[in-house]
Amino acid sequence: MRAFIVLLKKEFLQIRRNSFLPRLIILFPIVIMLVMPLVMTMDVRNVNVAVVDLDRSTTSRRILSHIGASEYFTLVYTTEDFHRAMDRLEKGTADVIVQIPENFERRMETDFPEPVQITANAVNATKGSMGMQYLVQSIARTLSELRDEKHPVVTSELITVQNRFNPTLNYRHYMIPALMIMLFLLICGFIPALSIVGEKECGTIEQINVTPVGRMTFTLAKLIPYWMIGLFVLTVAMLVARLVYGLVPAGSIATIYLGSMLFVLTISGFSLTVANFSDTMQQTMFVMFFFVMIFMLMSGLLTPIDSMPEWAQNLTLVLPPRYFVEILRAVYLKGTTLAELGVSFVALGIFAVLFNTLAAVTYKKQA
Amino acid sequence: MEAIEVYHISKRFGSVQALDSVSFTVRPGELFGLIGPDGAGKTTLFRLLTTLLTPDSGSAKVDGYDIVRDYLAIRSHVGYMPGRFSLYPDLTVEENLDFFAALFGVTVEESYDLVAPVYKQIEPFRKRRAGKLSGGMKQKLALSCALIHRPHVLFLDEPTTGVDAVSRSEFWDMLAGLKQRGITILVSTPYMDEASRCDRIALCNEGRILGIDTPEDIVHRFEERLYAIRADQMFPLLAQARQVEGVMECYPFGETHHLVADSRFDVGNFVQQLSGLDGLTIRPVEPTIEDVFIKWMKR
Repeated sequence: MRAFIVLLKKEFLQIRRNSFLPRLIILFPIVIMLVMPLVMTMDVRNVNVAVVDLDRSTTSRRILSHIGASEYFTLVYTTEDFHRAMDRLEKGTADVIVQIPENFERRMETDFPEPVQITANAVNATKGSMGMQYLVQSIARTLSELRDEKHPVVTSELITVQNRFNPTLNYRHYMIPALMIMLFLLICGFIPALSIVGEKECGTIEQINVTPVGRMTFTLAKLIPYWMIGLFVLTVAMLVARLVYGLVPAGSIATIYLGSMLFVLTISGFSLTVANFSDTMQQTMFVMFFFVMIFMLMSGLLTPIDSMPEWAQNLTLVLPPRYFVEILRAVYLKGTTLAELGVSFVALGIFAVLFNTLAAVTYKKQA
Repeated sequence: MEAIEVYHISKRFGSVQALDSVSFTVRPGELFGLIGPDGAGKTTLFRLLTTLLTPDSGSAKVDGYDIVRDYLAIRSHVGYMPGRFSLYPDLTVEENLDFFAALFGVTVEESYDLVAPVYKQIEPFRKRRAGKLSGGMKQKLALSCALIHRPHVLFLDEPTTGVDAVSRSEFWDMLAGLKQRGITILVSTPYMDEASRCDRIALCNEGRILGIDTPEDIVHRFEERLYAIRADQMFPLLAQARQVEGVMECYPFGETHHLVADSRFDVGNFVQQLSGLDGLTIRPVEPTIEDVFIKWMKR
């Protein structure tokens, strides 16, 4: 027990003496939480619209003014020649062209209305499709307004949309839990592995190995500081989320911490396994990077798992972060309870046991 | 019971046979030297005896414990100082010593009398980080840490490599002091001149032990006549001397060449044959451990 406490003390002493680690631990979560939510957004804004108005009627002007007034669009160009508008699209000064056909207003009343044509630059697929959707909505609203003014019949809305759990469809709220997970991956994934391989590189692990200290004791003393740091970082991140973005977890904080502890356990077990197989920090770095990449891109952190191909969806079942992404988002945004997330918690628990067993088995004191 | 018993131990790394059926014993309280060049297998042997490696075949006992079966017991009874400085460079001298004491479940006070002769020399720098110590001081700290749990057997892997001549001599004095206290010491060194400070030495090369004896007796095993020769031009001398009848070996040895002669060798004849070389001198010399090593290595 005394050896364990001494090892633990030594680990903290080393972290404190390190010229870089303490700063990283404090600054990293703050910077990530302050900067990333502002830049990582799927909301499409500033779509440049060119309008080809062949109708020049009240209706077309009404459509134009609505587009101009929207915060999503900037009306950059109005013309009567489609080819000119197309030029703009090709040069990139316009993202979308809206063409209002001749006699649009007049034929609207007839049985054969000429449709409004929307042409979008879809190189940036998200911007193209989202921009198009917004435009369709905007024009449809204008047209139904006009129709209502002419024939004021009491109609009920055919479709109403309500975004539950994230009412303003705020992408930030969706991303903040994901960012917290990235912090875990980096702090509890990379640093313990690097710290162990660092001891291999400077030979100190050899010196420890000839003492009667057991491998479990040594490994635990190596991990516990990073578990504590991981939870500290989570706390800082949650505070920033609350103070800066006003995002308060809808569910219980205890559930969040429980999930986090399981996840930290899993990731550090994984990181230990990688460390056991590497001899240099460089190797560790690259192997960890490879896996963290997969974790970040395939665990539903950035893109929904449901939209992946089926084989990829099956693959995500063996990625532990997938379950934690589910847990953290559900608790944070929906207020889901521990009982409802039972399956994910059990899965995460299994991974925690699996990876730590693997780490223990692959750790060799003798070669 | 011997302090260290090694029976036909072998270890292979890929295509390299690091140790090839090595056997020897070290008596309790003995200062035993493993003398050999780089690649002789000295470090592998240390790593086996300190339970960091397991042998491919053969067995060994340290302090009566089997290195495979009783590896845990060995770890609390031996001290190991690897060839490379491997203490925590970001901890201070004092912290390193306290740390290793705690890992062995002892306190610095309990072992102070044993460590003191070594540790006293670096105690004024106890607040300095280990990484900032000079080479000789690092080595003294490493020895202090290896001694902190009062080991019965001490393994020192090339402790004097890269250390200046004065510190080297001091270090061997310290080892003599530890021997007085009954600690068995197995030390390796590539320096033949340090061999004379050991009770017994084993000359080793390419994974094999060439011979074991006391430093005095080992040179007596060199029965041939030995001469030191020099001339103004040393390289032609080497080539020509090897042609002379009765010359078994001739090899560079410091500022001279050493010449091993058999019964047919005649000094007068030799001088006459090499009269073309300016400044030729030849004189009989006593063999050194290095001469024995070269002879055995070529066998």
